[in-house]
Amino acid sequence: MLSIRSLRQQIDSFFIEIGELSYFAGRYFKESVKPPFEFKELLCQCYSMGNRSLLLVIITGFIIGLVLTLQTRPTLMEFGAVSWMPSMVGISIVREIGPMITALVCAGRIGSGIGAELGSMRVTEQIDAMEVSGTNPFKYLVVTRIVATTMMLPLLVIIGDAVALYGSFLVENLKGNVSFTLYFNQVFNSLEFGDIIPATIKSFFFGFAIGLVGCFKGYYCKKGTAGVGKSANSAVVFTSLLLFVIDFIAVFVTDIFYDL
Amino acid sequence: MSEGKHISKHTDTMNQKDIVLQINNLYKSFGDNHVLNGFNMTLRKGENLVIMGKSGSGKSVMIKCLVGLMEADKGSISVMGKDITTLNQETLDILRADIGFLFQGSALYDSMTVRENLEFPLRRHSEKFDGKVDTNSMVIKALENVGLAEAIDLMPSELSGGMKRRVALARTLILQPKIILYDEPTSGLDPITAKEIIILMQEIQKKYGTSSLIITHDVDCARVISDRMILLIDGINYAEGTYAQLSISKDSKIKAFFKH
Repeated sequence: MLSIRSLRQQIDSFFIEIGELSYFAGRYFKESVKPPFEFKELLCQCYSMGNRSLLLVIITGFIIGLVLTLQTRPTLMEFGAVSWMPSMVGISIVREIGPMITALVCAGRIGSGIGAELGSMRVTEQIDAMEVSGTNPFKYLVVTRIVATTMMLPLLVIIGDAVALYGSFLVENLKGNVSFTLYFNQVFNSLEFGDIIPATIKSFFFGFAIGLVGCFKGYYCKKGTAGVGKSANSAVVFTSLLLFVIDFIAVFVTDIFYDL
Repeated sequence: MSEGKHISKHTDTMNQKDIVLQINNLYKSFGDNHVLNGFNMTLRKGENLVIMGKSGSGKSVMIKCLVGLMEADKGSISVMGKDITTLNQETLDILRADIGFLFQGSALYDSMTVRENLEFPLRRHSEKFDGKVDTNSMVIKALENVGLAEAIDLMPSELSGGMKRRVALARTLILQPKIILYDEPTSGLDPITAKEIIILMQEIQKKYGTSSLIITHDVDCARVISDRMILLIDGINYAEGTYAQLSISKDSKIKAFFKH
């Protein structure tokens, strides 16, 4: 009986949170079109987020490219289809693995950072101090961060994809003596706009989700240092979950367009 | 209770023109916890009013309702003749330029230097100075007022607790407010630094003729700085009067505040 009640409470609180997040997103759209615009802070956030995640995205992308090629090569060799390697790796990285892995890395790096930063500002009354001074903290802190993540993630995805493909090329070059030109010719011959455009659009949504959830969790952080930790942690968990949901919807929608 | 009422008689006869801040019948609850139960208060021009109460008695809730950081359940709050409970966000933000707020933990923006902390409120309120804002000289002047001109390029993390409080006071002063609200201005400071802050508060009051509302449970602070005191007990203004009047009260609840 108790567990049913507790389950019901958890479901209730989940839907309440979804409602609050939707309201928060609505407020973001409303505030983002109203002047004054915080361009200086936006540029700072873009630089900070891009700079903060770039190395991690490069390392992760490179390893993903290496591992994917090393793992797939023996199977393709078995079927005598090793020449398909650049096409297969290219499509899978550009369409799915690149955006998803980059987004998950950024959710951990940027999302938790935003959650912790805004959470700590909330707990130490810095957000209240902004509000009392007549500055709109939502516009200054939230809008700039969400716009920055939305703009920066596609760029990070492109860099991550390029590095992953280079990693894959290195394996092919070492094991199969494939030249740089041949490898990348095959990659680009196999890619179509239908692979690149949906993946890029999806990356904007991933970036928006990372910024939105990180800001939401931090902005409404509960009092205390434990609250800051919880905000950072739940920002990562919730964002990761949301990324998979967005990915599913994106694939579903893309599939409909392909059928048309 | 009767003694408190008796002492407060003189406030009823004060000149309405002199009142800069007035709270009538303020109620605020958090679930079943009724924090404010019809709190009343008036602050006159140039007056130092101290509000004392135990921890959790609702002092900070009251002061946050005063600046619109929290919404009261019932009651009216008039700041310089304007009922803040009915103001829209834009008008409230303009009014906030006339209300300084010194937070308990200083609430300095820790990602900004001292200079940037002081410049921040000026960005929004340049119209208060007819658009002629010489930011640099205003920042230097505000820092000189609190004796910290040399700290202008330091980060908040490089400042001591007392210095942080001074910088926060300088940030409060930079908009030349008519009313300053102090939330526990001496809490967390050693007795010498606390005394320095109290002297600074007195100097500011003399220099700018501001009205001050000071929330504290520091009896020494109240003794030195108060023109008048209100004891906030059980969510109401239990007693009101000068320090000398209240400190000789025979009411056990009032006496408890003045025991050393």
